[in-house]
Amino acid sequence: MIRLTDIVKRFGDLEVLRRVNVSVREGSVTALIGPSGSGKSTLLRCVNLLEFPEAGELVLGEETVRFTGRPPERETIRRVRRQTGMVFQNFQLFPHRTALGNVMESLVVVLKWPEAQARARALELLEKVGLAHKADAFPAQLSGGQQQRVAIARALASSPRVLLCDEPTSALDPELALEVVEVLAQLAREGSTMMIATHDLRLAASVAHEAVLLEAGEVVESAPARELFTNPKHERTRRFISTLGIDAQLPEARCATP
Amino acid sequence: MPYWLDLMLQSLGPLLWAGLVFTVPLTLLSFALGLTLGFLTALARLYGPRPLVALARFYVWIIRGTPLLVQLFVIFYGLPSVGILLDAFPAALIGFTINVGAYTSEIVRAVIASIPRGQWEASYSIGMSWSQALRRTVLPQAARVAVPPLSNSFISLVKDTSLAAAVTVPELFQAAQRIVATTYEPLIIYIEAALIYLALSSVLSALQDRLERHLARSSGTLEAAA
Repeated sequence: MIRLTDIVKRFGDLEVLRRVNVSVREGSVTALIGPSGSGKSTLLRCVNLLEFPEAGELVLGEETVRFTGRPPERETIRRVRRQTGMVFQNFQLFPHRTALGNVMESLVVVLKWPEAQARARALELLEKVGLAHKADAFPAQLSGGQQQRVAIARALASSPRVLLCDEPTSALDPELALEVVEVLAQLAREGSTMMIATHDLRLAASVAHEAVLLEAGEVVESAPARELFTNPKHERTRRFISTLGIDAQLPEARCATP
Repeated sequence: MPYWLDLMLQSLGPLLWAGLVFTVPLTLLSFALGLTLGFLTALARLYGPRPLVALARFYVWIIRGTPLLVQLFVIFYGLPSVGILLDAFPAALIGFTINVGAYTSEIVRAVIASIPRGQWEASYSIGMSWSQALRRTVLPQAARVAVPPLSNSFISLVKDTSLAAAVTVPELFQAAQRIVATTYEPLIIYIEAALIYLALSSVLSALQDRLERHLARSSGTLEAAA
């Protein structure tokens, strides 16, 4: 279970998250949608403590972090980050390491696995994202879609409890985005827990079980993905979804069912 | 054999010897120590507590704002007045180290700051600590960017060590001065000394080139560009 309770986050005077509540069942995928600046990326970054909320509570498995306005203890941050993996909009692969090196990094440096064992695990993960043949390529030699798939493998390396995806397809053209969507959909079928902040309805509709619409730092509506996309309760949700053109896409996009 | 060539060949031995025994060690040692000092100063300025930041800025301000020759004179001729007596070589070594430290700290600070924030965040997101992120992710990338400006400092340093002659270090340039004092051939001897400095700098430029190629290859940027 991943539960965020009454999360408040400010950047200076700007309140980016206003008492946000979201919970994610293990094995389910939650899409965070909403206009730019609605706080969905910030919310994701609060889950792995790249941002420290001013108030609220984060429950991540057995770990409970209460935010008081002071940074959490270093040890707490370490434990939380070991249970989370993150995929960034701009991939953020380590450019000086090969695909294999990128995936091995957390195993060797953080978990102190022996080299050979880490290599085997990293190859397995590259295989899973369909890039075993690119193990020795550097990021600059890979397409955007391939880079993002390596980034997914890197985020999965230490077997996180939850995979956080921050606009994973936004930097990619539709064709390359599709290969990333397919990888994420496969992970979803295998029961990975994920939180995905996205504008990409193909991604949200085909992968997510639950969907949360955020606007101006507040949750507008939270419902099973199919329901939120086809039969939104709130006028605001309806308007937002119509701007994304979900109606046109829905027939082919099969909403995942838990 | 023409007279000038004969003279050059005769003085080549003493000049090279002075270069080998004083110029080269002084350059290598003060660059290694200076770069270490510059690295620590850069870290202090970027990540240190406020007093340390102020101290680092003050140090860079003083050293960059005063002539190297004056700094060497203060250390070698000035410090004895307060009871600190140094031999010529250690005095020069300290002076050059402090000078290199100030200049390279600005280079190191700039290249570390040039690494995108996302690289730190990616490192944190896979569980790395600050020092692991610095060592494994940021410094290897920063090092590649730092090679050309650091090579600049290094090559400048080779030539600047000639100032050590003024604080009685018998390095290459001082050896040349001595030969001139007995032969009265300043044009020939000083040109010869200049050529030796030029040769040293050229070797370093070639090494820089190889290092840049090596670093580019080990990150795939050469193949990607091809």
